[in-house]
Amino acid sequence: MRILLMGNPNVGKSVFFSRITGMRVMVSNYPGTTVGFTKGSMKLGGEEVEVIDVPGTYTLEPTSKAEEVASEMVESGDLVIDIVDATNLERNLYLTLELLERQIPVIVALNIWDDTAHRGISIDVARLEELLGVPVVPTVAVTGQGIKELVGRIPEATSPPSPRRTRDERWAAIGGIIKEVQTITHRHHTWLEGLEDASIKSLTGLPIAALVLAISFIVIRFIGEGLIGYVMEPLFEHLWAPLMMKLSGLLGAGGFWHDMLIGKLFDGEIDFFQSMGVLTTGLYIPFGAVLPYILSFYLVLGVLEDVGYLPRLAVLLDNLMHRIGLHGYAIIPTMLGLGCNVPAIMATRILESRRERFIAATLISIAIPCAASQAMIFGLVGAQGWRYVAIVYGTLFLVWIILGLILNRTVRGFSPELLIEIPPYRLPLWRALLTKLWMRVYGFLREALPIILLAIFAIGILYTLGVFDAIANFTAPVVSGLFGLPKDAVTAIVVGFLRKDLAIGMLTPLALSASQLVVGCVVLSMFFPCIAAFVVLARELGIRGLLMATGIMLAATIVVGGLLNLIL
Amino acid sequence: MNEKRQITVRQMQAGQSGTVIEILGGHGLVNRLSSLGIRPGKRITKVSSIFMRGPVTIQVGQTQIAIGFGMAGKILVEVD
Repeated sequence: MRILLMGNPNVGKSVFFSRITGMRVMVSNYPGTTVGFTKGSMKLGGEEVEVIDVPGTYTLEPTSKAEEVASEMVESGDLVIDIVDATNLERNLYLTLELLERQIPVIVALNIWDDTAHRGISIDVARLEELLGVPVVPTVAVTGQGIKELVGRIPEATSPPSPRRTRDERWAAIGGIIKEVQTITHRHHTWLEGLEDASIKSLTGLPIAALVLAISFIVIRFIGEGLIGYVMEPLFEHLWAPLMMKLSGLLGAGGFWHDMLIGKLFDGEIDFFQSMGVLTTGLYIPFGAVLPYILSFYLVLGVLEDVGYLPRLAVLLDNLMHRIGLHGYAIIPTMLGLGCNVPAIMATRILESRRERFIAATLISIAIPCAASQAMIFGLVGAQGWRYVAIVYGTLFLVWIILGLILNRTVRGFSPELLIEIPPYRLPLWRALLTKLWMRVYGFLREALPIILLAIFAIGILYTLGVFDAIANFTAPVVSGLFGLPKDAVTAIVVGFLRKDLAIGMLTPLALSASQLVVGCVVLSMFFPCIAAFVVLARELGIRGLLMATGIMLAATIVVGGLLNLIL
Repeated sequence: MNEKRQITVRQMQAGQSGTVIEILGGHGLVNRLSSLGIRPGKRITKVSSIFMRGPVTIQVGQTQIAIGFGMAGKILVEVD
């Protein structure tokens, strides 16, 4: 048996899913968090049943790719748990009626039940159950209230006879139901609602946005640098380095295995950035240099997501985003891209048109550096002075805008207007926040660690074979002539295809000048996404789209790298 | 007969309320707006707008919805 969890966007389907299956899933306070579907299972009457968390949809007549997925899923299910936002009953019932018309057994969860009281909403659950003809259970998924009762009543789910209605007939039917079951009493605005309104007005909203982003940046840096300076560096310098030196001695301070595991020694010491051994640089880059920033970035992003701030940012930035062929909501995938491009490119599914998805995904893969790259840029370029870090960011931002302007004029198709629901502000739940943080950090380690270790191993072997020298000589005109980088930088560029953080780290031993470092970091950030991002890009855009995006990427990198070299 | 004023959401003042009379658009627009609860007969309140033809935020029932400036010009409202 297959149970589908369906409902409008942002009603808590994923929290619900996590409750009944015990699986960890990401939840956020904005419509469209779940773009693909997640599969899990639960025990029901001694039987193991499949449970699917379907992306949110307002209607079964789909208007975006995520909604398309939802609409098609109905055909494959045996039973639907329809999650309804109790504070928004009228609009949510539209999907409920559509589901009933599809003649699939339904049970309704009246979720966010705890919010109804202070919003002055009272609902006659027994009467609603009677009118719909299916079980209705009030629930609070975030606390678990009502979930047990709902699961207990799943066998009661039925499919009462329901006529095929037109849209107007459905709304008329809903109007009748609402009149009978819901009463709303007036109440005063809370301070949180005052803040909600202030953050989507131009006059107050833009300063608030500037403040929020500035504070986010400061907090990310504070936590990131704090973890590096007080935890990771001491650990590596005082604990790991002596251990590795012992191993180095055991291996006889040279030979194949020494070069592979420990790498080169500098004045008889390990240099975690430059030694290029699997156990030295290979562990230091993911754990010592990048992990602290991954942690701090995703902690801050998680808070912004769960509070419900991002959709408001989308409204404020809608004007700007339209100039580059997108609408404001594209800011959400873009912000995700500052963490990792892989989920960001997947999140472009919340955009309605193919054209928008192409523009958004291309811009993200070219001009949005992931947290791993950024951590390395901070470490490497920051040492030369923050002025240079600002140049890197300024350049990438300009590329994002200018490339967007060009794509907006050249890519065919149309970009629809913004139309999104603005969720109420909610205080983040620490449990959900930490679960999400853990999933993202674990995801980073699982993806990055094997690739970095393998890459370092492979680099060592390719060096010995002299493969890099051949490539370096071959690409010297572009790398040296155009970008003004030493020939050896080509190794980093090649490695950039695997992992950007490792690639940027490989600029360290080249003893580059500050301007060369800037050019190197910009070129590495723009040129080819890492292999993981490349794969999702292919999946989301198709081969044709991927080839186009790659062409744009190469052209943009050559132009920007060349220009930067001329200017600096 | 007391003729009430009909204007588009774009022309409403922040804080003003009214009843949706008609969606002046194609089938697609009518569908999308109606699935979000914006349809003739519904009472809405304009919450705010962003300058330079930015999106307009309105309150429909318990929900706030941001709509593009173009769409906001296609929702005809009879203001109180």
